[in-house]
Amino acid sequence: MTAARHVGIDRDRRVVAGWLVFGTAAFILLPWYLAAGDDATGMLQAIRHGRPWLLSAAIGFGVAFAGLLATTRRRQGLGLAAGAGLALVVLLGSGFAIGADQPGIGLGGALTLLALLMLLGAGSARLGAFRGDLFTACAVVLCSALLLLFVALPVAKALSGAFLDEAGHASLAALAERIGNERTWGLGCLAGGVRCGVAWNTLFLALLTATGTTLLGTLIALVAERGDARLKKPLNLLALLPIITPPFVVGLGLILLFGRAGIVNQLLESAFGITPTRWFYGLFGVWLAQLFAFTPIAFMIVRGVVAGISPSLEEAAQTLRADRRKAFFTVTLPLLKPGLYNAFLVGFIESIADFGNPIIVGGQFSVLSTDVFFAIVGAQYDQGRAASLALILSAFALAVFWAQQRLLGKANFTTLTGKGDGGLPTRLPPGLQRLCLAAVLPWLAFTVVVYVFAFVGGFVQTWGRDYTPTLRHFITAFDIQRGNTDVGGGWLFAGTAWNSLFTTLKLAAAAAPVCAGLGLLIAWLIARTEFRGRGLFEFGALLAFAIPGTVLGVSYILAFNVPPFELTGTGLVIVVCFVFRNLPVGVRAGSAAFRQIDRSLDEASTMLRAHTSQTLRRVVLPLLRPALAAALVYCFVRSMTTVSAVVFLVTAENELATTYIIGRVGNGDYGVALAYCTVLIVLMSLAVALIQRLVGERALGRRTVVLAAT
Amino acid sequence: MTKNRRTVLRAAFVLAAAALATTVRAQEQVNVICSVQADWCNMIQTVFAKSTGIKVNMSLKGSGEALAQLIAEKANPKTDVWFGGTGDPHLQAAENDLTVAYQSASLPQLHAWAQQQARQSGYRTVGIYSGPLGFGYNTELVTKKKLAVPRSWADLLKPEYKGEIQVANPASSGTAYTMVATLVQLMGEDKAFEYMKGLHKNIGQYTRSGTGPIKAVARGETAVSISFVHDGPGEKLQGFPVETVTPAEGTGAEIGSMSIVKGARNMAAAKKFYEWALTPQAQQFGAATKQFQLPSNRATPVDPRVPDFKKIRFIDYDYAKYGSSAERKRLISRWEKDVNSLPR
Repeated sequence: MTAARHVGIDRDRRVVAGWLVFGTAAFILLPWYLAAGDDATGMLQAIRHGRPWLLSAAIGFGVAFAGLLATTRRRQGLGLAAGAGLALVVLLGSGFAIGADQPGIGLGGALTLLALLMLLGAGSARLGAFRGDLFTACAVVLCSALLLLFVALPVAKALSGAFLDEAGHASLAALAERIGNERTWGLGCLAGGVRCGVAWNTLFLALLTATGTTLLGTLIALVAERGDARLKKPLNLLALLPIITPPFVVGLGLILLFGRAGIVNQLLESAFGITPTRWFYGLFGVWLAQLFAFTPIAFMIVRGVVAGISPSLEEAAQTLRADRRKAFFTVTLPLLKPGLYNAFLVGFIESIADFGNPIIVGGQFSVLSTDVFFAIVGAQYDQGRAASLALILSAFALAVFWAQQRLLGKANFTTLTGKGDGGLPTRLPPGLQRLCLAAVLPWLAFTVVVYVFAFVGGFVQTWGRDYTPTLRHFITAFDIQRGNTDVGGGWLFAGTAWNSLFTTLKLAAAAAPVCAGLGLLIAWLIARTEFRGRGLFEFGALLAFAIPGTVLGVSYILAFNVPPFELTGTGLVIVVCFVFRNLPVGVRAGSAAFRQIDRSLDEASTMLRAHTSQTLRRVVLPLLRPALAAALVYCFVRSMTTVSAVVFLVTAENELATTYIIGRVGNGDYGVALAYCTVLIVLMSLAVALIQRLVGERALGRRTVVLAAT
Repeated sequence: MTKNRRTVLRAAFVLAAAALATTVRAQEQVNVICSVQADWCNMIQTVFAKSTGIKVNMSLKGSGEALAQLIAEKANPKTDVWFGGTGDPHLQAAENDLTVAYQSASLPQLHAWAQQQARQSGYRTVGIYSGPLGFGYNTELVTKKKLAVPRSWADLLKPEYKGEIQVANPASSGTAYTMVATLVQLMGEDKAFEYMKGLHKNIGQYTRSGTGPIKAVARGETAVSISFVHDGPGEKLQGFPVETVTPAEGTGAEIGSMSIVKGARNMAAAKKFYEWALTPQAQQFGAATKQFQLPSNRATPVDPRVPDFKKIRFIDYDYAKYGSSAERKRLISRWEKDVNSLPR
């Protein structure tokens, strides 16, 4: 044991030394700031350019180095933690204090800070925190730092506006007035009045949507995994469609179906003489659109859990003479709980943060996210009101999060253990099977209809008016011309959409792996490690999701437009926004999966002297494949289709597909917008297929029916 | 020890790759937020870049979003010029000290309303085009429902229009606020609110965005809209049965404006762009891209499809008073309280 421990410490030490060298090199060799014409390294800035406070990095590395050479664990820890901590405090403190009178931090600065964070983690591990595990300590320190910088800081900046009155002074009265007024909390509609407050609207809609999506998603997941095998493939494909659809397409398709001039109303009029009205606009329309948009997410979450349930438990129930029905309701369903709660939570949060659907089909039914948007960009610029409403939104998210924690509690849902499992998945009880199909088939049909509409829109002259077929819109957007052979020939991307398409693909592809990786890492930390403040940590990871996109966008400008972290105007800020906006999905997918995987698998690996990162890579990650695939797919497509969060972050060089499309929709140019959507949908389907191919399915030791027959 | 060396080598490799990635570029450029229609923005961008060699980084944003962005970026502006969009947010930006005073030499060549916009803001903004407020209607739907075409504000109160009129919500849309301010100036405040209470009974929906109602008219979702009349021809060109009229009693207009951002990093290029945008040559691009507002430079040739301002009765719109934040907040909250809370 001592020998093993010694080997472990030796290895840890090498890693720490590596970070020390890396950080010092970054400080000495790379330009500290990101500014045209100022490429002095941190060292030079400190000595020659009158910025002596930067020397704290060198001192920090020095102290850490001394610590590394020390003989006892305690001294090593003290040296590392004190050196790195001191340097971080001085560097960040001075950076934020100086603010706009310096250039933004560049590569050298960023890498130096990263190395210091790692050394701080190593130091705290040596001091005995995180059970002395280097990997855990560094992961916690790094993730916390990222969450603080990219979630807590901007959100706090934006929300603090709620506490300022119009003159800019802190005032609780202003907050109370904004939060407590009739427009937000009025209950007029119950007493037969005109309307209810936006807060009630939002809450009511979110509950309806979360219930609906969870129910429908679960039914579909059951059919796909346990029901008719022939339906599995089409279900997997069709369920993906709404997620890879840019946000307003569904809304527009629904309007063409159910709007006043829509097909349904026209048919009703010609058949029964019912005068077309605008009945679709409002709560019902938004609910339908959200159901349509978010059911696939519930489906993906529940599917992973259904697939992970060990069949032998169900077989055991049947051996004990439970019929299929009883086995389902007493064994399968309770084991589905983590999936159901997670699906509900995500559905709820998606609904309250949704902006595209309420704005298109909401009519006069207003919810918090749209009110926030108009408080910011509307005729009366009122950031205080926007911040107050965003505060209410976050409170809702917090409440559901808390309730979910309470419900799920410490119950055990582990079904993936180290022992091989020879069970066959039980088929659904016949009654339930019929119920599932009754819900699933109409939904599939409905999906097909709406998509046919959307696709047709890109191929006709004017959607809703002139249905002459044309390829005009595709040519406008995606024309490719043969370049002039004098200047090298080749193909020229002459269409107006190419630029935004390439940018979007590039940025989303950069964001997806980071987002999925970070999300799963955080999920692992939450599920498998114990440390103080873990609940807060988890909530921090979820927060960016609950904040309405517009508020997040504005908060990113408020936080990252001024040095030390000056990112606005670059593609990087968009990537960062993608990552942290979609991070919660990675975390959720990972959390649900971890609840199923037996901890003893990790422990066995540790016993065999694997260190933590090895265990993660060799044991945990392969079991997490469905979650990893889901996180990757979701992060990628969400990044491709984000609108409200990035509206304020795009620049001329970094125009995105969604902002291009929104611009076209704003002009009433639906043809080009829908043609572009068609291309996006095709591209994203390819990407999703590719990701699933690369990541692959989780290989569980289960018999398949075919195998059993041979 | 080889492991040690490998770690160091790896670190060095990453650092070298990172160092290579940092590049520096330098070319004269100007960052423009453009709040008019996309084709118009693109044409300006291309032509200005071709004729001056200055690169235009153009981002397209609605005027509300543009103002929100300027406020958020205040400490460290990334934008140089804000081109186009309703005048009110430009006035608000001037009021909040987000833009700089700049008096162009070509100011005397502009229409009186454009010069007035500049004077009222302390020369922090200037008018570049104008368009009247009026009604849009769906010709097919009007015929089918046997409705008369509305010709005046008073017409809109007729019971036959019940549920058939759309206008944007003044709390979220500058277009709708222009309507409120126009009515207040036309009738006097109390009478205007009485009128809007009557109108409220006929409104089918208050949309959020100012262009929403005319699009609803185009697609047959509603028969009549209250919108800027220059938004009509664009829908018509797409094949929708839309026509526009201006009310007989008189109407207000928006003054599309342009401002230079305070603390602009490319001030010289920003001024060049600003001067260029006021020339008759540059102001033709609106009509060239099917946008039929009246250009502010009197020497600009006017497209026949631009509504004839001489035939429209305009009120003497007090942009300074009704563009100020305080007055706007007061009127909007009165509208919320007196009008929008009523049942229909």
